[in-house]
Amino acid sequence: MYVADSRGAPATAPARGPSGRRAAVAPTVLALGSVSLITDVSSEMVTAVLPLYLVTGLGLSPLGFGLLDGVYNGFSALVRLVGGHLADRGGRHKSVAVLGYGLSAICKPLLLLVSSLPLIGAVLAADRTGKGLRTAPRDAMISLASAPESRGRAFGVHRAMDTAGALLGPLVAFVILRATVDGYDAVFTVSFCVAAVGVVVLVLFVPGARAGAKRTDGAPERPAAGGVSLRAAVGLLRRRDVRRLSVCALLLGLATVSDSFVYLLLQHRLGVPDRWFALLPLGTAAAFLLLAVPLGWLADLVGRWQVFLGGHLALLAAYGLILSSWHGAALPYAVLALHGCFYAATDGVLMAAAAGCVPAELRSSGLALVQTGQAAARFACSLAFGTAWSVWGDRSALGAAAVALAVCAVFSYRLRPWAAAGTPGTTGAAA
Amino acid sequence: MTFRTKLLVLLTAVVVLAAVAAAALLRAGDRAAVRDHPQAGGPPVVAGQVSLAHPPAPLIVFRNMAYGPHRDELSTVRAGDPAGRRTASGVTCLRFHAAGGTGICLQAEHGTLTDSYRAVVLDSRLREVAHYALPGIPTRARVSPSGRLAAWTVFVGGDSYAGTDFSTRTAILDTRTGRLDPSLEAYRVTRDGRALHAADMNFWGVTFADDRVFYATMATGGKTYLVRGDVTTRSLSTLHTNVECPSLSPDGTRIAYKKRVAGLPADSPWRLYVLDLRTMRETALAEPRSVDDQAVWQDGRTVVYSMPSDFGSDLYALPADGTGAPHLLMRAALAPAYPR
Repeated sequence: MYVADSRGAPATAPARGPSGRRAAVAPTVLALGSVSLITDVSSEMVTAVLPLYLVTGLGLSPLGFGLLDGVYNGFSALVRLVGGHLADRGGRHKSVAVLGYGLSAICKPLLLLVSSLPLIGAVLAADRTGKGLRTAPRDAMISLASAPESRGRAFGVHRAMDTAGALLGPLVAFVILRATVDGYDAVFTVSFCVAAVGVVVLVLFVPGARAGAKRTDGAPERPAAGGVSLRAAVGLLRRRDVRRLSVCALLLGLATVSDSFVYLLLQHRLGVPDRWFALLPLGTAAAFLLLAVPLGWLADLVGRWQVFLGGHLALLAAYGLILSSWHGAALPYAVLALHGCFYAATDGVLMAAAAGCVPAELRSSGLALVQTGQAAARFACSLAFGTAWSVWGDRSALGAAAVALAVCAVFSYRLRPWAAAGTPGTTGAAA
Repeated sequence: MTFRTKLLVLLTAVVVLAAVAAAALLRAGDRAAVRDHPQAGGPPVVAGQVSLAHPPAPLIVFRNMAYGPHRDELSTVRAGDPAGRRTASGVTCLRFHAAGGTGICLQAEHGTLTDSYRAVVLDSRLREVAHYALPGIPTRARVSPSGRLAAWTVFVGGDSYAGTDFSTRTAILDTRTGRLDPSLEAYRVTRDGRALHAADMNFWGVTFADDRVFYATMATGGKTYLVRGDVTTRSLSTLHTNVECPSLSPDGTRIAYKKRVAGLPADSPWRLYVLDLRTMRETALAEPRSVDDQAVWQDGRTVVYSMPSDFGSDLYALPADGTGAPHLLMRAALAPAYPR
């Protein structure tokens, strides 16, 4: 069952025609969304109980992992580039994705066998490697399976399903812990079984042949010089539209304060009680879940880059609310809703926009490049923000971040990368 | 493969995996029964009266990890015969410490969907005196030698969306007045004589000298520091770098701690060291493995710490002067204290 068989919309379909909007999201996208949902239930089950298991079961302190986490994430970003490149070579998106999902699945039962910090660290590193490998090929497959005019919605559906899984995972894990006695082994085993179902769904229901997917994709067909080589992947940056989009994503990323700082600021400035602190990220995730599809749809309608920029304005509004003197009871909810809105308007939408200017045969590498650039920029922002907080205090640091974000947004607006990548109707012109 | 066949394959896979998951759940559920039967070869444990004050013979109080009806209960064993019969108190704790007739017990309260945690102050007969809600998973607990002050550290975060980005909260309680400092982050910090403000400051592992002075670990900017704190002036100052989970010797002259040693794997980075507070000289102890625990002093010459094992955790004893070798003190035990 290939995507092209089940989809009627040809690449040349009118961008905003009623047929484009009526068309359901491609089966491949639903299949990949299901895989992500199932896999996230599995991985978040483990994430939710791991500190508990380490501290109360093994007597270890997870602080070491907190410090290691940065290392793993940096490593994962590099692996993502590798995964992206491997997937493009010979159009092996599905194979690389299966490898990534499979590797992470196998790590779950391995957690049962290891009880010392070094070995647990090694298993978690392998798990992150799997995550790094699969991300870019998965996003490439989503974009390749969707007609250009519905790509925003496709990514929205995928991210909503992904987040639903992330919210369900901890719930499942705690139900198991309640029903058993010290049931960490049961949590890990069930997590493995769930992850294995995800891999089976991926193998069975996500088409692997590139040819099928390519036909529905209206991306620029002009291959970059040198075909699918590492040089060609880096050479993507020589394309003006890719460069502009990357520069804007990077600049906005440089002014994006990391989640943990946002939650800390909320707690510091608003006195959110300690016991609610752990619930703050759930508020963001819930808003992300609810808004991912509507904002993806909006991105298809009015242009991806506009929505991406709008998401950053939502973040700016969240900063403003934290800085304001208004201290109503609704403030934390408003900030978290805006924060979730920021994710819904940027996470998948950026991929949809980037897909519009990266040729199909370099799709996976190109998306990995943009994602890694954005992640690196956000990491740099975290370091700078932490320093600014120490030197100036939290309020001034956030004020500076808000000004930086506003400046970057104005600059990005002036650079108008959507002239090439944003509005669906203009994508064809770029090709 | 037709769509029908694919569905059939998926269904088969789901049934098989569901069976595996169900088996794992049943096995874990049945452990309630296993828990009632002491594991063969495990230490003998009997229920009994446990007292922290004036024991007739030196005792070790600890969290019993051995399978059986008294798993996780606060228990005692005679310090002279650590492999001998254990007396279980019926009080369950994740972490525990006691001194001067006061005990501090960090325990979990099981809710429907999540666990919540609390710190319980116990008198010398392990009766609850007061309790305080904790904002995260408990990890360290200490009582000052007189029994007046108690301190604890919890892990905050660990939520799915935030990843495994943990931070710690350390609180100090005056058990006599009930005054609680919920976070050391509110204390004034000086580093090398200059005031320090940082957003990423984390504190853990308090160890008390008396009812005013304590030592702890502070982390900021990717480095850890040994800090000396003062409860009265609510201030902290740095003394040394690369010190985690300090433990002050009974005579107050030395600190046993875990040190991040360069060149070791990033995920097993710690070795046990002792720092002489007068000369600031560091001595490496003879434990070749990575230790992730806040050691306790058995006396002026020996430190005791936990290592993960089949039962969850075993305790080891080691000379504090860098000589000798670690020896297994007790199987299936965690969070020991020597009430004096």
